[in-house]
Amino acid sequence: MDVAIVGIGIHPFGRTPSRSGLQQGAYAARLALKDAGVAWSDMQFAFGGSASAGSADALVNELGLTGIPFINVANGCATGGSSLISAYNAIKSGEYDIGMVAGFDKHDRGAFNADPEALGIGRWYGELGLMMTTQFFAMKIQKYMHDYGISRETLAKVSEKAFINASMNPNAWRREPIGVEEIANSQMVSDPLTKFMFCSPSEGGVALVLCRADQARRYTDTPVYLKAATLKSRRYGSFEVFAPSQALQQVDGPTVDASRAAFEMAGVGPGDIDVMQLQDTEAGAEVMHMAENGFCEHGEQEFLIQSGATRIGGRMPVNTDGGCIANGEPIGASGLRQVYENVLQLRGHAGERQVPGNPRLAYTHVYGAPGISAVTLLQN
Amino acid sequence: MTKQKPIAEGLFTWPAAQPALLGSRCNDCGIVSFPAAQSCMACSGQDVTVEELPRRGTLWTWTVQRFMPKAPYHSDETEQTFQPYGVGYVELPGGVRVEGRLTENDPAKLRIGMAMDVVFEPYRHEANGDEVIGFFFRPAA
Ligand SMILES: [Zn+2]
Repeated sequence: MDVAIVGIGIHPFGRTPSRSGLQQGAYAARLALKDAGVAWSDMQFAFGGSASAGSADALVNELGLTGIPFINVANGCATGGSSLISAYNAIKSGEYDIGMVAGFDKHDRGAFNADPEALGIGRWYGELGLMMTTQFFAMKIQKYMHDYGISRETLAKVSEKAFINASMNPNAWRREPIGVEEIANSQMVSDPLTKFMFCSPSEGGVALVLCRADQARRYTDTPVYLKAATLKSRRYGSFEVFAPSQALQQVDGPTVDASRAAFEMAGVGPGDIDVMQLQDTEAGAEVMHMAENGFCEHGEQEFLIQSGATRIGGRMPVNTDGGCIANGEPIGASGLRQVYENVLQLRGHAGERQVPGNPRLAYTHVYGAPGISAVTLLQN
Repeated sequence: MTKQKPIAEGLFTWPAAQPALLGSRCNDCGIVSFPAAQSCMACSGQDVTVEELPRRGTLWTWTVQRFMPKAPYHSDETEQTFQPYGVGYVELPGGVRVEGRLTENDPAKLRIGMAMDVVFEPYRHEANGDEVIGFFFRPAA
């Protein structure tokens, strides 16, 4: 049984003091139901996640107590991707015809504050100041720049593109274009990454209505089909966040594994993808994830980004809605935002930021601590 | 008089004339982990032996932490006295790459591939005045 996305809803990302995270999730859920022309009581199941804004299943208090089986999902930055895979499998198995995936969050300002003991690491690791995702990303791109000749200007160009794309996205948080110079010269956070190269914790909500592909036309004229949804965790030897030590022999990370599995499942290759949303926790992550997902060779990003290939209108548009850099990262909602954007692009409803040439195949990728990656492939 | 204690038991030998980081080597597949673990992350084996790790290695990658982290960060510093600190992975020959703080925080003085020595130095004080010892990597002289 194939699976289709027939309804999408989003609550604008950024800061909304007047609404709780849960209310932002309910807002997105109502829009998704309306988009599919269905009622909450039509939903046979739901998967949802929120890291800092309470239990996702509390959404039933906002949307109605219908007896729905609502399962909470918690998988760090890959929470949205994990919810989606769970829903995909629930429908694919034949158990359910239609259901919802929802994610929302509301985080405090400032860097995420991780607890080492919750991840099976000693308290000393946090006490010494090593429990920082920002350090991991900085050290990974530092090594990558050394090995593959990526320049600091290219990192700044990634952020410049994010803000340009976000300026055309009414639901994005940071919608003011910022120049390459200003990005490169903004406050250094963790060398070589500056303030404007990082995403920040934020708020927002996204919901999707999914159904059996053979029933999709009942709900919409523009169904989008999930051709693949994969999730992988790290293997021994991959370089991951929150690792007090790592192996001398490196193996491919979970992104490479999840990407390969997704292409295999869908029976297509990286060259077939028309638009892609790649985890850009910071500018370096977008650079590295381009290659890890198979879209270019290591080091090729320098030319691709400098020549504008990853802009809307380029030959491989990346993070067309501004990505995490311009939307911030409400953990529970972030991965689903990528899917929302791809559905808009495949429907041809992305407005000013529409990728030209009627895109047919779209790709999402999330990466999260402590080394998990989820990929989806969507087709119209 | 001031007493000294390690930031965590079992992380390195302390007190010792020549302290060293402690890792565990898997007797089935030979893989080394730091800190020492009761099972092997590579093969799930549980036959492991704790051993001292080499004291000199090379810098594999690095960054500088520019702002003071929130708790569980625990030093003697305040927002006013905080000094940026280097962080890196140091490749120890025949063993593993270990992540740690660097004694150097000037990017101009850090480069991938340089030799680094592990050192054990006072990191903070407990309320009763005891010194807490941490491990750091210092550019080799
Ligand atoms: Zn082993």
